[in-house]
Amino acid sequence: MSSALTIRELTKTYGNGFQALKGIDLDVKEGDFFALLGPNGAGKSTTIGILSTLVNKSSGTVNVFGNDLDRDPAGLKRCLGVVPQEFNFNQFEKVFDIVVTQAGYYGISRRVAAERAERYLNQLGLWDKRDAASRELSGGMKRRLMIARALVHEPRLLILDEPTAGVDIELRRSMWSFLSELNKQGITIILTTHYLEEAEQLCRNIGIIDHGTIVENTSMKSLLKQLHVETFLLDLKESLLVPPQLEGYPAQLVDHHTLEVLVDKSLGITDLFAQLASQGIEVSSLRNKSNRLEELFVSLVEKNLSKVAV
Amino acid sequence: MSEELKSNLVALETIVKREVRRFTRIWPQTLLPPAITMVLYFVIFGNLIGQRIGEMGGFTYMEYIVPGLIMMSVITNSYSNVVSSFFGSKFQRNIEELLVSPVSPHTILIGYVAGGVLRGLAVGFIVTVLSFFFTHLQVHHLGVTILVVLLTATIFAMGGFINAVFARNFDDISIVPTFVLTPLTYLGGVFYSIHLLPPFWQTVSLANPILHMVNSFRYGILGVSDIHIGVAISFMLVATVVLYVVCVRLLVSGRGMRQ
Repeated sequence: MSSALTIRELTKTYGNGFQALKGIDLDVKEGDFFALLGPNGAGKSTTIGILSTLVNKSSGTVNVFGNDLDRDPAGLKRCLGVVPQEFNFNQFEKVFDIVVTQAGYYGISRRVAAERAERYLNQLGLWDKRDAASRELSGGMKRRLMIARALVHEPRLLILDEPTAGVDIELRRSMWSFLSELNKQGITIILTTHYLEEAEQLCRNIGIIDHGTIVENTSMKSLLKQLHVETFLLDLKESLLVPPQLEGYPAQLVDHHTLEVLVDKSLGITDLFAQLASQGIEVSSLRNKSNRLEELFVSLVEKNLSKVAV
Repeated sequence: MSEELKSNLVALETIVKREVRRFTRIWPQTLLPPAITMVLYFVIFGNLIGQRIGEMGGFTYMEYIVPGLIMMSVITNSYSNVVSSFFGSKFQRNIEELLVSPVSPHTILIGYVAGGVLRGLAVGFIVTVLSFFFTHLQVHHLGVTILVVLLTATIFAMGGFINAVFARNFDDISIVPTFVLTPLTYLGGVFYSIHLLPPFWQTVSLANPILHMVNSFRYGILGVSDIHIGVAISFMLVATVVLYVVCVRLLVSGRGMRQ
């Protein structure tokens, strides 16, 4: 499978001296659904800014589907659709006009642009709002409008910078299924998000960026395999005053009816339940304390933080 | 025709149509005010005061000021259209729509400037039609009239573009029109011939580019001018080229637009 995005030794130092990117390398394969994660200020938006040419890089190379950013920026831009974090459309223009005008910037005729605008606005549930001024849309609708606008020139690589921020759960899930469908149609997608559940649900590969460096770049599966310990919360039928002694399973009471247990993957949970049963403790339900990816993410970022501090 | 050229022509058409849509949608802010202002100038300066002033350059005062007032409308409107539209795009960040697309900097610039020129011409046309209610105009030299009005509108549209690139807030887009453009226009021979001034101030006035534009246009309409037409048009052609290069360089560098 060919490469959709290749980044080599990419650096960015802003005018105030802040080094946002410290020589990152990143590869995204064609057809991938890739998550770019990192805490606030890690360098995600700078990376996306450079890809979309809104931020000038300091050094390094960027290549999108064989189009080099320095040698053929126009060719690179044709392959790329960007959904930025902040709303960046004219608040006074109509929804339909925003999408059709964007197509015009890519040299797409008005007739074709109108057809595509209708298709994407329908798919994103905005067709009824086509004649509304964009400022009249709700936050979720504005996000969907930016997705429609980014798709109208039919890019091969779609980059979404926190597309579901501030969007309610129902809408978020419908956007997930829309993005999955786009990916199935062959569009390579790079997603940044703070909802790690979203990344785990949608993405096959993942890059974690922190303090301007890539601290992890691997498949979602192999990353999750690194997680040796998971934290479970057990809801107890009977109340407990002191936590039970469980060999191999450190446990503590969250309250009298909730037991928090650390489970090493090598031990599994069968023995845990056997030990609980032998002590006469009945469990009514079981859940993960936090998202698995979230635990890994926090541990990776903390590890990197200690390196930076040294 | 190459694919890239075709693509840029579609993009140019898109930008120009968007710009025209913008200033026609808000016509009470863009087309109506200059019409009202110019009617007031015609009534007060042309009719009431003008009758007492008498002839200027062999024409009635009303006839004399009409070309200057048309030019004044073209200058202020071509400038303000680009400065407000481009700065508005920066402020709302929808300039990013253009920057992420493969449109060439030349296309972006020509699109915005064409929008400014078209508004300048639209207002100039409205003011010209209104002037027919007050005086009778004949065109002395159609070629000069058209060339001068187009060059002037283009120069000031590009001036507005440069202002918008450097502007960081709304105050910055009103400073130049208020403190530079308006005084230069009023001192640029719209209402008087520089021959009325003492020799020293006549020489100083020659440094005012608007004087050359207004007088060239007046030559096109009335056939009289305080300055040499050939020099004025050459100056405008050079200014157009220089400003174009400056504007394209600003766009390529991404100043005020890219980090």
